Amino acid sequence: MLRRLALLVMSLVVSSALVFLLLRLLPGDIAQAKLGIYGTPEALEQLRAEYNLDKSLPVQYLNWLSGAVRGDLGLSVLTGVDITHELVAKSTLTLPLIGFASFFAIIIAVPLGMLAALRFRKWDGVATSVVSQLGIAVPTFWVGVILITIFAVRNQVFPSGGFPYEGWANFPAAISSLILPASTLALAQGAVLMRFARSATIDVIQQDYFRTARATGLSRLQALRVHGVRNAMVPVVSVLGMQISTLIVGAIIVESVFALPGVGQMLLQDVNVRDYTKVQGTVAVTTAFVFVISFVIDLVLGILNPRTRQKI
Amino acid sequence: MTRNRTLMIGASCVIFSVFLAVLSLIWTPYDPLEMNPELSLTGPSSMHWFGTDENGRDILSSIIVGSRATLMTGILAVIICMVIGVSVGIATSVAPKWVEMPAIFGIDIVLALPTVLFAIVLASVYGPSTLTAVFAIGIALSASVAQVTRREVVVVLMADYVMAARASGCGTWRIIRKHILPNIRASLLVQASGACAIAILAESTLSYLGLGTTPPAPSWGRMMASLQPYLLINPIFPLWPGLAIVITVLGFNLLGDGLRESLDPTLRQSEK
Repeated sequence: MLRRLALLVMSLVVSSALVFLLLRLLPGDIAQAKLGIYGTPEALEQLRAEYNLDKSLPVQYLNWLSGAVRGDLGLSVLTGVDITHELVAKSTLTLPLIGFASFFAIIIAVPLGMLAALRFRKWDGVATSVVSQLGIAVPTFWVGVILITIFAVRNQVFPSGGFPYEGWANFPAAISSLILPASTLALAQGAVLMRFARSATIDVIQQDYFRTARATGLSRLQALRVHGVRNAMVPVVSVLGMQISTLIVGAIIVESVFALPGVGQMLLQDVNVRDYTKVQGTVAVTTAFVFVISFVIDLVLGILNPRTRQKI
Repeated sequence: MTRNRTLMIGASCVIFSVFLAVLSLIWTPYDPLEMNPELSLTGPSSMHWFGTDENGRDILSSIIVGSRATLMTGILAVIICMVIGVSVGIATSVAPKWVEMPAIFGIDIVLALPTVLFAIVLASVYGPSTLTAVFAIGIALSASVAQVTRREVVVVLMADYVMAARASGCGTWRIIRKHILPNIRASLLVQASGACAIAILAESTLSYLGLGTTPPAPSWGRMMASLQPYLLINPIFPLWPGLAIVITVLGFNLLGDGLRESLDPTLRQSEK
């Protein structure tokens, strides 16, 4: 447990240093880029001092890190906005999106994966497997476009994109604008999860305890409900944990498809205008999020499956 | 699906994409870059089978040419990730403990980094291009190749014939060449096929986001993005580039699965 925690802390430090280095080894000078033709030597000097750009790289990194640990990612050199503040505001859209999507993905994947396992070598089982193979190959943005075509263009059930201006204050509109994006993300994730749910269920069906349960008179479905779900959930949850980075990238794509003003949109815009300080903050926090989630998932797995507890 | 069928379907999809790329060098129905404002956004017709885009360019021709960028990304990214991944994988498994532990740790970190996010950072630093995308995808994928290679090499290293080779005076380099590489070849092939599918999907995603292949070179991902606003006019437009991506990615995925099943005898009995 302690070892896992140490690994987490080290991963956080190394990955943030990596992002910092990648973005700071850039040719060009942020201060010069911001001031442009107004960049008199004095003005440049002042701006560099203001944002600590005149210090050495390790000092800059430590400054930034000590701020980041306290939840202060600094100000954007380009626009002067408070990065932490922006990030938190945008997360109120992205985090629910990821949450809904994971929830939908599990709801889709576990029952279908079990069905595919129970109907192993029968037509509907094979069909579910084929669908899952297809689901893995289909790009997320394409799923999004297809869902928009069906549910927003042909039948105007949901909005084709955007988020209500008032945000979550307009709850029904906010929810309805997240349904298509979350489903898009969930379909892509669900296809991956389904494969694992299927092979885990096949494992369960071949176990002695499952045969015993059947022998006591339970139907296949009943036996699976009592003994299968928990066992099949273990790989699903662990894969979901490993997939969390895919899920975040998926959220960036989905936000772009549906024009949702979340963290992903913000990141892409910052990349376009080359606002390195903000890109750095966003990417560092996102990777930290990935590491922390996979740490938490490991803990949850321990609860679901006591056998893995010693290994953590 | 039996293993032969998986392999066959996968191989046919891949061959089809390669065929498109080769065809694009010799012939396309129209010049994919030729703009024709009068023919903007026409639906499929006998003249333009897949229709025309907002600038009146023939979509079918763009898709045929787009296969080049897609396949090139796949192949280059696979070369990068296999070279780095296999070298790191083998090096860390024969290296002394004090090198091994930090290396494993490094692999774990790169594994956890989101591939596309890493590519986005690189694109913001070096500007979007196919090469930046290839490089980012290749590096990101190399971690998982290194991990799998390590796992395989450690098993081979414990085999009696390796010990015998060592006892008879073979150097590390010779053992790697004569004993390790031939033994992990099959699993590397499977890895390469899977990595290619991931790389192609990642490239099309980056291009869709405007961070991959830059215009005017046609790219399936960017075609999706540029055709999306015209869904209301004709919802069939984004279907074509999407289908092209699906066929190619599915092909490499199935090829990998098929290869795994036919190369690994233990999987033949327990078909999971």
